[in-house]
Amino acid sequence: MMRDVVITGIGLASSLGEGIETHAAALASSVAPIVDTESFAPYPVHRLKPLELDRQIPKKSDQRQMEPWQRLGVYAAGLALDAAGLKDDAEAKSELQVIVAAGGGERDHAVDSAILTGLRGANQPGAFLNERLMGDLRPTLFLAQLSNLLAGNIAIVHGVTGASRTFMGEEQAGVDAIRTAHARVASSQAEIMLVGGAYNAERRDMLLLLEAGGYLRKGDFAPVFERQDVPGLITGSAAAFLVLESTERAKARGAKVLAGLSHVAADRARRSEQGAVEASLRKLVAGFGTVSSSALVISAATGAAGVTSEEASAIASLPAAKRVAAGDLVGHSLEAAFPISVALAAIALANDQASEAIVTGAGHWRGEGAARLVKA
Amino acid sequence: MSAQHRDSKGRPVVAVTGLGVVTSLGQGKQTNWEALTAGRSGIHRIERFPIDGLRTTIAGTVDFLFDAPFTAPELSEKLATLAAEEAVSQSGLGSDGDFPGELFMAVPPVEMEWPQKQELAQAIDGDVDYDGLLRAAATHKHKPMHELFLFGGVADHIADRFGTKGSPISLSTACSSGATAIQMGVEAIRRGETSAALCVGTDGSVHAEALIRFSLLSALSTQNEPPEGASKPFSKNRDGFVMGEGAGALVLEDYDHALARGATILGIVAGCGERGDGFHRTRSSPDGKPAILAMQDALADAGLTPDDVDYINAHGTSTPENDKMEAMSCSAVFGERMARLPISSNKSMIGHTLTAAGAVEAVISLLTIANGRIPPTINYNQPDAAIALDVVPNTARDAKVRTVISNSFGFGGQNTCLVLTAPPEPA
Repeated sequence: MMRDVVITGIGLASSLGEGIETHAAALASSVAPIVDTESFAPYPVHRLKPLELDRQIPKKSDQRQMEPWQRLGVYAAGLALDAAGLKDDAEAKSELQVIVAAGGGERDHAVDSAILTGLRGANQPGAFLNERLMGDLRPTLFLAQLSNLLAGNIAIVHGVTGASRTFMGEEQAGVDAIRTAHARVASSQAEIMLVGGAYNAERRDMLLLLEAGGYLRKGDFAPVFERQDVPGLITGSAAAFLVLESTERAKARGAKVLAGLSHVAADRARRSEQGAVEASLRKLVAGFGTVSSSALVISAATGAAGVTSEEASAIASLPAAKRVAAGDLVGHSLEAAFPISVALAAIALANDQASEAIVTGAGHWRGEGAARLVKA
Repeated sequence: MSAQHRDSKGRPVVAVTGLGVVTSLGQGKQTNWEALTAGRSGIHRIERFPIDGLRTTIAGTVDFLFDAPFTAPELSEKLATLAAEEAVSQSGLGSDGDFPGELFMAVPPVEMEWPQKQELAQAIDGDVDYDGLLRAAATHKHKPMHELFLFGGVADHIADRFGTKGSPISLSTACSSGATAIQMGVEAIRRGETSAALCVGTDGSVHAEALIRFSLLSALSTQNEPPEGASKPFSKNRDGFVMGEGAGALVLEDYDHALARGATILGIVAGCGERGDGFHRTRSSPDGKPAILAMQDALADAGLTPDDVDYINAHGTSTPENDKMEAMSCSAVFGERMARLPISSNKSMIGHTLTAAGAVEAVISLLTIANGRIPPTINYNQPDAAIALDVVPNTARDAKVRTVISNSFGFGGQNTCLVLTAPPEPA
């Protein structure tokens, strides 16, 4: 027997700022995005609006043991727990299951650069590399880099002692995190889940990986669906976490329900076939039943060539009242992108901006996901 | 097909119908089983990269698959492919390239490696910095690096190779990842989302920087001579783990689905337990509570009690901390019986296969059940009086084993335990 799943907590932080009100206002008034075209030129980046970390991560020692993406994620997770009224509920936090969509840690750019320069003239490159890594890597850096340590830090900082799992794999990790969390609550395999992701865009090592594949937009900002001149991602630092639970449980503990999460689905089209991504997205959304003509559509589209136009076509076929690209508000945040779009949709519903929302997202190189949210 | 069999909680029963494994001991179940029961070690001096200046110079690397240099994701994918081919072939499920189920993969986190960065740096005049590397990348002459170092790459390629259905999962729960991959397969089958799952844990990530990172955390054994003696779980002189490589693959299947097609049932994944630990990033709670609860949860999930367990396949890393905590936690769960309950660590022979360990050791646990023989903990020459255990020292032992609990514990407070049982007796 499947149970209804509701969202009772949202934690969202981005270049626009933090919290439900900030992002509700952005959705309502289509504010200009905050884009920095200088710091990482020629790559525009939506930089994070600085956080008062102490508010969610009180211990400086904890802050020091994390990298920016982990601090951002732990912060947003804390916002979600606060919003759900769970921060001080030790019993709930002991059964709270966590799924995090995460990438990896940041390189020490200075160390890498110095080693690469030195390697050129080294007589024994292998020995040189060993010596420099043994001497120059911070011992704790490794822990700040491990993908699952965002979840680990959420446990330590917020006292969440339920089990955690970390999904990797770019955008689709975020889709599958939400999908799995939803399925586990719906099927009674879990009572309450914290799910989300965080991405720090202000790092050249990630820009390097994406640029190697030719996936980044250069120059100025342009809306996600209007980048035909120079297609590509404009990445943004952002994080979103959601608290999901069954309707019954939310009711029983008197929690404020922000939105219902009725469906989540994912697939993986064979991208060698043109139109496969559009067909995949259409099929996923069709599985949710009839979409109302007043629905809000929020797309986690990346801006990458090809797949973004296919996602645009899939969205255009829906009888929706309004279509929003999350990237136009906060940029593209890889693993966090789909959770952010679901969070934005939930915020719109909680603020009476819509009564139904469809979320879509085709990853920049693989994977498609969709979700349907309804007014609680 | 009418659903006939349900577990004690009314859920579909999850059968194992295919197993595959690769470790430093060799490729395939047969080779590994012979070596493991002979007490042979796969740990050796590292030849893959220069070891000058390193405190640890040994590992259980898999060196028999490539002639030319390779990256961690390439080796991880190759290991996973071989293990999955063996498992899928044994299961007889689907046809080649068309596996009728979902994919759950534990994969090591990857990032661009030094040879690739050096390749990009070649184009730079003067000192290297990331802006220079970005300019080199912007020529798009190095396109394959993108897909190679994406976190979802390995699982995507495995999904292509085997034709698994749906969105493949790439996951990490650090050193318990392999067990989590199996747990996720179990959950998907219990939810009725899929009647089969291919669950794989793979790790081929022993390179200089990976080794140095663990070394800087003082996690690795530095007793390099002789290499095969370094991994000595539960011994008094244990001084750290030895990195290993390998892959384990399991085909999980709804029991009724497997029966209906006449498949051979190799065992049952009867229960899973997982607990987080918010105590510290690398150390476990001093009271061992999360590990204890994970084992108790797994047993409860299986509808079994501690008395039903015949053997513990230990996490047993050979670090001072893990082995002490694991022994303490097991004693809390199994009480006085712990003095007689066999517990052994495969890592004494294959090292710690990290991301793959939970899957590799689940495969070995099921082979233990099938063969009625418990692989030993080798290098057990100095018992630790503080943790009196029957570690099946140094020599394999024949025993009737119907129920195994396999433990996996990882950095970041990850504790995952699986209860694996023999196939049901024919009615």
